[in-house]
Amino acid sequence: MNFDLTDTQRMLQDTASRLIRERYSFEERSRIVASPDGFSREIWAMFAELGLLGVELPEEYGGIGGDFQDLAIVLDAFGHGLVVEPFLPTVILGAGLVNAAGTPEQKDKILPEVVEGKLFLALAHGEPKSRYNLAHVETKAARSDDGYILTGAKSVVLGGDCADLFIVSARTAGAVTDEHGISLFLVERGSPGLEIRGYPNVDGTRAAEVTLEGVHVRAALLLGEEGAAHPLIVHAVDRGIAAVCAEAIGVMAALNDLTLDYLKTRTQFGVPIGSFQVLQHRMVDLVVAQEHAASLAILAADRANSADAKDRARAVSAAKVMIGRSGRLVGQDSVQMHGGIGITKEYAGGHYFKRLTVIDRSFGDADFHLARFATL
Amino acid sequence: MDLRFSAEELDFAEEVRTWVKANLAPATRDKVLNAKRLGKQDYSTWHASLNDKGWAVPAWPVEHGGTGWTAVQRHLFDEVLAEEGAPELPAFSVKMIGPVLIAFASDEQKSHYLPRIRSGEDWWCQGFSEPGSGSDLASLRTKAVLDGDHWVVNGQKTWTTLAQYADMIFCLCRTDPTAKKQMGISMLLIDMKSPGITVRPIITIDGAHEVNEVFFDDVRVPAANLVGEVNKGWDYAKFLLSHERTGIARVGRSKRALLRLKAMAEQELADGVPLAQVPAFRDKIANVEIDLMALEISGMRLLAAAESGHAPGAEANMLKIKGSEIQQRLTELMMEAVGPYALPFNPDARDLAWNGEPIGPDYAAPLAPDYFNFRKTTIYGGSNEIQRNILAKSKLGL
Repeated sequence: MNFDLTDTQRMLQDTASRLIRERYSFEERSRIVASPDGFSREIWAMFAELGLLGVELPEEYGGIGGDFQDLAIVLDAFGHGLVVEPFLPTVILGAGLVNAAGTPEQKDKILPEVVEGKLFLALAHGEPKSRYNLAHVETKAARSDDGYILTGAKSVVLGGDCADLFIVSARTAGAVTDEHGISLFLVERGSPGLEIRGYPNVDGTRAAEVTLEGVHVRAALLLGEEGAAHPLIVHAVDRGIAAVCAEAIGVMAALNDLTLDYLKTRTQFGVPIGSFQVLQHRMVDLVVAQEHAASLAILAADRANSADAKDRARAVSAAKVMIGRSGRLVGQDSVQMHGGIGITKEYAGGHYFKRLTVIDRSFGDADFHLARFATL
Repeated sequence: MDLRFSAEELDFAEEVRTWVKANLAPATRDKVLNAKRLGKQDYSTWHASLNDKGWAVPAWPVEHGGTGWTAVQRHLFDEVLAEEGAPELPAFSVKMIGPVLIAFASDEQKSHYLPRIRSGEDWWCQGFSEPGSGSDLASLRTKAVLDGDHWVVNGQKTWTTLAQYADMIFCLCRTDPTAKKQMGISMLLIDMKSPGITVRPIITIDGAHEVNEVFFDDVRVPAANLVGEVNKGWDYAKFLLSHERTGIARVGRSKRALLRLKAMAEQELADGVPLAQVPAFRDKIANVEIDLMALEISGMRLLAAAESGHAPGAEANMLKIKGSEIQQRLTELMMEAVGPYALPFNPDARDLAWNGEPIGPDYAAPLAPDYFNFRKTTIYGGSNEIQRNILAKSKLGL
């Protein structure tokens, strides 16, 4: 048992933290969010240059061959900065899936481009009626002469507005909620019949509604085995959860720092409001919540790539429940202790609150994962 | 970063488990696992077994009989003992006064008391709280006045856990009434058989006799029984309260309680369905289980920090808060699990030897009493509000 950072992790922490500190101030981030793309290609190029896009990918594709704990270090730093660049959809979900299920040709083509920052990916899986059920796929993939014809609708596709390449789930067999019969396809932006309606999310990240109307996909663009994608998707989403949990710890830490600082500097009745015991105890509860959530985020990162699906699910769902609960507490109480300033656009605090709120709604909320955990 | 125990650590845990299975009296184990009432003999016998094995005082320096184990080994040891149903020995002797004596006592005191603590020959209790001094401990008024080569002690202690079994009490007394309140306190080691000591039981709402009032009426204590220096008792008390904090989370104990809770939830039916499958109750169990998972890793993080030489600081206060809340939640859910059979009050059923007809399921009798009893966990050892005060000051700088 060992909680010390490795040399690689220390290096990644320094690199990512310095980048956030020097290039990703709250003002800079606000400018980025307000830009037409809603993220910065310049920052993305820096991620590539610093090796952050290939942390977990094998060296043969230009990565550094690290593990998920290494990624978690980077995500924690991104949480501090409220990074809106599409790291989660491209690196964690997209590249993770290609690396796990791709053919050698698919990996050779896609992964180096991701590492170099030239390709954005998105996982188009959720649907208007699926909510958090990963087996619910209505989108159909019908066989054609040399491949498949995809028809259906995908909702709230993270990173979908800028993605160059979509990993689309569609049903090649089975009924709407069957685990069996789901397949994954690589669909390029610009494919005839593919319609993308991009939009900002409430936290400044971006997503898209994606419609497929008879989109033709060559057989070579099937990702993984036909009909057997469900476990791949579950694993990808578990990785996504471990990622947002690691990020949420950074978010909570940064927000708690802000709140604590506010308690020490804001004066009312002639004294700093942090001298009031009622606020001291609330603040302590937020820090305790952050620390205990951090423990499970570490566990989730430790198990994110575990081949034992049950062990992995247990760790990941427990972490997601805890992050949901703690994030809600930290976010809401921070606003309350700040007073009105906490819900103004010009102040960073409220933006951390928004990110925590979005994280709880991503990949299944606390209620969903509590039920999943309880029925494993 | 690696959250798994090494093969050597797991081997160690297995060695401990095998030994405990072979050496823990089955009757004692049954009592612990089924929440029956433990007697002094259960503790003493177990302590003697540990001492024979050389495991009675793992955290002490090796020269005083410690095992030289790593923090992780000590953690695994505690865990395995809890899982296997070993009685949790009261902390007062081995975990509290022992380390204080090792750090501050005279050589004579060490050579007299430490072997007796290690062997379990002396049962110690803690003389800190007073009727007027709970959270504000430093306001204590029990006074000790030097008369020749004796201290004369007058006053009253309260909430004294298992004083009815105790041979010795370590006692905070006011020795300088004119000094600032923390500065005029000394620590005395007092023989409980001294003339002038009266122990009066306090019966708690669960019907148990766990705590007591201890009265001191002109009790004469040899001057040699002063720990360290006069008027430095507050420092020793703080040392004592900050020592061995890693065990404060009670993870092993709560894991055992969680297993009991789950077993009950499989037995108990609601509309013919096991309670474990009723979503409202199932979710309550899952919530506390998740809290416990987090607590366990938080505890390991603290251990790892201790291992690399960082003194357990504010993190231990966090463990106390969460650990006590989880213990309470588990007792509450167990009581809830048995539904109407939480009502009957049948203290006799807590004796292992009692062979009367149980009222309802045989595991029901202790549940409501334990729920009431465990309200103590957020009060003792510095109430959770005091823990928050400490955290606000020491960790947050408020």
